[in-house]
Amino acid sequence: MEVTLVEMKAGQTGVISKILGGENLNVKLNQLGLREGKKIKKINSVFHRGPVTVNVDNYQLAVGYGKAVRIMVEVDEVEENSSGR
Amino acid sequence: MRKIVLAGNPNVGKSVVFSQLTGSKVMISNYAGTTVEFSKGLLNTEKESFEVLDAPGTYSLEPTSKVEEVASNLVNQADIVINIVDATNLERNLFLTAELLERDVPLIVALNMIDEAGHKGVKIDVKKLEELLGVPVITTVAVSGEGLKELVDSLPGAVNRRKTVLNISDRWAYVGDLVGKVQQVVHRHHSWLETLQDASISPATGLPIAAAVLFLAFQLVIGLGEFLHELLDDYVFEGFYETLLLNFSELLGGSGFLHDILIGKLVDGKIDFEESLGVLTTGVFVEIGVVLPFLAVFYLMLGFLEDSGYLPRLAVMVDRSMHRLGLHGYSIIPMVLGFGCNVPAALAARNLESRRERFIACTLMSVAIPCMAQLALIVGLVGRHGFEYLAVVFAALFFIWVVLGLIIDRFMPGYTPSMVIEIPPYRIPSFKAQIKKLGMRIRGFLVHATPYILGGILVVNILYVLGIINYLGVIFAPVVQGLLGLPGDAVSTLLIGFLRKDVAVAMLIPLDLTARQLVIGAVVLAAYFPCAATFTVLVKELGIVDMAKSAFIMIVTAFSAGFILNLFLDTIIPAAYLAAALIALSIILPLLLGSTSDRRELSDLDEMA
Repeated sequence: MEVTLVEMKAGQTGVISKILGGENLNVKLNQLGLREGKKIKKINSVFHRGPVTVNVDNYQLAVGYGKAVRIMVEVDEVEENSSGR
Repeated sequence: MRKIVLAGNPNVGKSVVFSQLTGSKVMISNYAGTTVEFSKGLLNTEKESFEVLDAPGTYSLEPTSKVEEVASNLVNQADIVINIVDATNLERNLFLTAELLERDVPLIVALNMIDEAGHKGVKIDVKKLEELLGVPVITTVAVSGEGLKELVDSLPGAVNRRKTVLNISDRWAYVGDLVGKVQQVVHRHHSWLETLQDASISPATGLPIAAAVLFLAFQLVIGLGEFLHELLDDYVFEGFYETLLLNFSELLGGSGFLHDILIGKLVDGKIDFEESLGVLTTGVFVEIGVVLPFLAVFYLMLGFLEDSGYLPRLAVMVDRSMHRLGLHGYSIIPMVLGFGCNVPAALAARNLESRRERFIACTLMSVAIPCMAQLALIVGLVGRHGFEYLAVVFAALFFIWVVLGLIIDRFMPGYTPSMVIEIPPYRIPSFKAQIKKLGMRIRGFLVHATPYILGGILVVNILYVLGIINYLGVIFAPVVQGLLGLPGDAVSTLLIGFLRKDVAVAMLIPLDLTARQLVIGAVVLAAYFPCAATFTVLVKELGIVDMAKSAFIMIVTAFSAGFILNLFLDTIIPAAYLAAALIALSIILPLLLGSTSDRRELSDLDEMA
């Protein structure tokens, strides 16, 4: 199932399928390790329109709402375990 | 002399390697963007002396911010590049390495934080990495100095690969392939630091933690600062130093021009450190007796916050609220730094991407964030009339910060893009590093502030002697008296405030002001214009045109705020109620108004898609 990073639930894992938006946004996110095909895990987000925290490889990134809505993720089918919360 | 440039992603420990190699002292913290300018140092080996340049962190040589531009330019001047790579984040770090391999420059890779990688279950086949990259790879733990000798020994072995230039996606593919061949990751259980890490960014626990950290920090600085100040006052100034100065005063004959300048006026034959206004009496007392204790406690606390890695988490927690002021969460870092001194805060604003953000951040910071030197005096002076008056000062500045942010965000064209930042792991700050950092900052204060503080007192004396203050007091009486309700002589504090804010606040003492006048004076002095040192940096950072706009905003804001306080404080609304009302308004107004920036960003992105 493809959802935005914002819609993903805390603890879910998935693979980035698409980054909507311009060249600049792509370059910037790529540099920090967010690019198509990358496996990520959502840690959580700060309620309404707050930044989303994700795990990429071994580190954490906080992505502001405006950017997070542009990141599409193919969520893994497996039932998420809640240990990541 | 050949130049070595240290290049790498943000927060990988370039500055630690730099300070270990050269023995130079540089600022080191646990968050991206501590180094915004490069530092130079010397490395002497048996055969050769090198000039070492510590570049700001960058993710790529194709820069996206001012800070990254500096790094990219430095690499072009290098004779050797040492690429510091964070072993825990191999993939992201090797992208820069791949770019460096394409440049025409000899390269060495320092695989840093190799110990932390081990703890995280990351295993790296170093031999193989070296083979595949074709340049020497040295494992290091820079904070403990491990591997640095080997790094220096390997300098002659640096290799210039001059690889064919790839496009971005091929470069990522190359890096992905590389990492697949050399890295193995074993799953490890959460350590207690990692559990705390999760707690501080999850909203349910993170917001209370943020509130508790800020409250404790505030209490600590005010409480411990005051305690140390009184200790110094009782045991050094009131006793030993006073006697010393009285003897000196006699030696000077108890009066005369030199006596007036150095010792100042004696009050009932005694020295009054607050009112004598001599360079050696009030000047030294303000700098060492009042500002220093507060500053030391503040920097100790700041050092801990910086090195533990908490600040980026605070940025995540406040991101929502900061958006309403036209900023995003990461601009909380210049704001926090500003409480120490506005100068490094203005420099830290360079990490913000757009000109719009830098303008808003610098303006809000210089208007509403009083530096610790100024705060120390405000706490001492206003605080003695009761906590409620102190609360009005803080509440008024907070209110100005919020309302000004809301207004600028609304009327300045464009939007502030949302942030994407790396959250470093928590690290336990080392005691030695903390002491070193504190020492550096205090030395910095003593070296940079002394001429301004003592010079400021000197200028005041000269202005008084020449009668200039009285003259200006009469001319500006309509503004100062009419608008702000302060005596005409208070114009002297505004004059000195251009030079140095702490001295300016101290100058309010001899004016014998009432509590409400002190509050007005303190708020106006904090907001109306940056001190000389900050002004110089701001002009450089914002450019003269934006600085002029910013200054206009500051002056208008300060005098309107002073006027409003003059109208309401104690005349209509008692101090405690006014403080509470201002804080309540500062919280409610942004909620009602929402964020213009947000709306603009989302609609802009929609158009692009």
